[in-house]
Amino acid sequence: MSAKTLYDKLWDEHVVRQEEDGTALIYIDRQLLHEVTSPQAFEGLRLAGRTPWRISANLATADHNVPTTPVAGGAEGIVDPISRIQVQTLHRNTQEFGITEFGMGHVRQGIVHVVGPENGATLPGMTIVCGDSHTSTHGALGALAHGIGTSEVEHVLATQCLIQKKNKNMLVRVDGQLQPGVGPKDVVLAIIGEIGTAGGTGYTMEFGGQVLRDMSIEGRMTVCNMSIEAGARAGLVAVDDKTIEYVKGRPFAPADEHWDEAVAHWQTLHSDEGAHFDKVVVLDGSAIQPQVSWGTSPEMVVGVNDKVPDPATEADPVKAKGMQRALDYMGLTANTPIRDIQLDYIFIGSCTNSRIEDLRAAASAVKGKKVATTVEQALVVPGSGLVKQQAEQEGLDKIFIDAGFEWRNPGCSMCLAMNADRLPAQKHCASTSNRNFEGRQGAGGRTHLVSPVMAAAAAIAGHFVDVREMV
Amino acid sequence: MSLTQFTHLNAIVAPLDRANVDTDAIIPKQFLKSIKRSGFGPNLFDEWRYLDVGQPEQDCAARPVNPDFVLNQARYQGAKILLARENFGCGSSREHAPWALKDYGFDVIIAPSFADIFFNNSFKNGILPIVLSDDHVEQLFNEVEAHEGYQLDVDLASQTITTPKGQQIGFEVDSFRKHCLLNGLDDIGLTLVHRDEIAQYEAKRQQQAPWLFVTPNLS
Ligand code: SF4
Repeated sequence: MSAKTLYDKLWDEHVVRQEEDGTALIYIDRQLLHEVTSPQAFEGLRLAGRTPWRISANLATADHNVPTTPVAGGAEGIVDPISRIQVQTLHRNTQEFGITEFGMGHVRQGIVHVVGPENGATLPGMTIVCGDSHTSTHGALGALAHGIGTSEVEHVLATQCLIQKKNKNMLVRVDGQLQPGVGPKDVVLAIIGEIGTAGGTGYTMEFGGQVLRDMSIEGRMTVCNMSIEAGARAGLVAVDDKTIEYVKGRPFAPADEHWDEAVAHWQTLHSDEGAHFDKVVVLDGSAIQPQVSWGTSPEMVVGVNDKVPDPATEADPVKAKGMQRALDYMGLTANTPIRDIQLDYIFIGSCTNSRIEDLRAAASAVKGKKVATTVEQALVVPGSGLVKQQAEQEGLDKIFIDAGFEWRNPGCSMCLAMNADRLPAQKHCASTSNRNFEGRQGAGGRTHLVSPVMAAAAAIAGHFVDVREMV
Repeated sequence: MSLTQFTHLNAIVAPLDRANVDTDAIIPKQFLKSIKRSGFGPNLFDEWRYLDVGQPEQDCAARPVNPDFVLNQARYQGAKILLARENFGCGSSREHAPWALKDYGFDVIIAPSFADIFFNNSFKNGILPIVLSDDHVEQLFNEVEAHEGYQLDVDLASQTITTPKGQQIGFEVDSFRKHCLLNGLDDIGLTLVHRDEIAQYEAKRQQQAPWLFVTPNLS
């Protein structure tokens, strides 16, 4: 048998049938649902008189629209009528079809990509889909996880399968050791800066190397989360002892009777020695600086001690024009030191960086200090009810509140501003989210993508600082 | 349900000269709150198209338009073909993006490259995304901008684009997707033809990975 990549193994295990032209039906072990991309899928199902193929394969939670300030009476209490309808529609649909839902007010409710792994609903070796591009997150556990559109959500509900063609294999290897203060977010931003936002298009991207092996499971989730920002629908990390340890004891994880059998299978989930990758990218982990995005695409990123790039030095005219447009939108001048960018807002949250380790890292830079008076609002939004509970047990909420942060309820919040949390026009925000597109955090808002500790340190200083100088 | 068909089109081309146009730009998030599939057209490219900040359920006819934005120019009214730059449709998986493009009237999008999820979602909604070489895209941008009323003829069966001067440009399209689009086939119906095979696979999987089929302990 020839050597296989992890992706080859996961793919082969899930092929139900394959056409001559390579189009395949892939069996889906888990579908995660949320309120924004599922209503039209349920509606389509009903209109066609169809029912879900395997109800227990689905798990739903409300996240994009939920308010992060206390709401009395669950979904009914949402003030924005259109948000309320979406959250209520998810509840009605899951009730009608008997799908498990962690709705508003449930302690397990949260951002769908935080909820899946922390409940063990994401397991190694699974195929996982969700109507959300950051489904790539779940690949951190050695699962093949894709973001899909609403028509595909309906297709998976009705057939438990997805029509797909196999991608090419890409390996991103990060060697060596990270410097103290440099973390998973910096690693993935550096990768995107290197290969560009279309660098992974058409590939499934496996992340490996010493840096990934040393990284925690939550850190790997941060990296896989943003593989879509590098163009790859799915990101993967091989299963190791940490993965198995992470999964153990979670409610959807195998219980005693199946545990050993499951572990034996999971231990095979890594790329074989000598497996063929169509593209290999190698980064030196020890050279990665704390990253800050300066523009309106995640590839527009530099080290904290660098300067805002100058379009005049870019040879490609389409690129130079894009850079200039980004500078105009961001209100920045070429060659300004990144450290001189003043921040008006701080957002710590999103499916990229709202897990307990992220909050601990941010709290470590905040403890005993105060948010700069020039910062208008600083938010911490835990990724789920369970993360919030854990953080409160550790007293992290107090650290944030004492420093002048607002401590909120779980949801997507200012990552995309579908709820009331919005970045006003022309305000600069240090954000731990994953997209700095025009208007993403609020119309006209100016996003800088950074790690949790970088966002926290920027909140205290009022401008970007090199966190390596603090450790 | 994807029952929309595409076979042939002869229409005006609108040039959108920006790389990495993301789905947040195609349809900003405040409009994703609708639980319907239709009615997104008036908010297509909302932040570029209007001078105010758009809100859901607003009468767009009464809003101040941005005269500089390409779709607001008289010469591109009625365009059904969008000419775009690299990595079109990157970002979120929202199918509201192709819904908005379709609702506005676009049936074909031509670009040097597309983001994967968007590319896939387009086919499911009767939009044909066509990848052409950088040189051809550059040529089309030049011609569209130079000639008012510039139209292209797009034929899916023969996989060719014909320019007003009669130049023919071939394009690739996946055979399964072409078949579905030409015939307006519903992929769920097509997949359910194989329901027995799916059930067999599932039974086998349940034996091999029984832990995936147990009820969670949520106490
Ligand atoms: S946190 Fe942001 S990126 Fe993640 S699922 Fe929510 S909106 Fe999408």
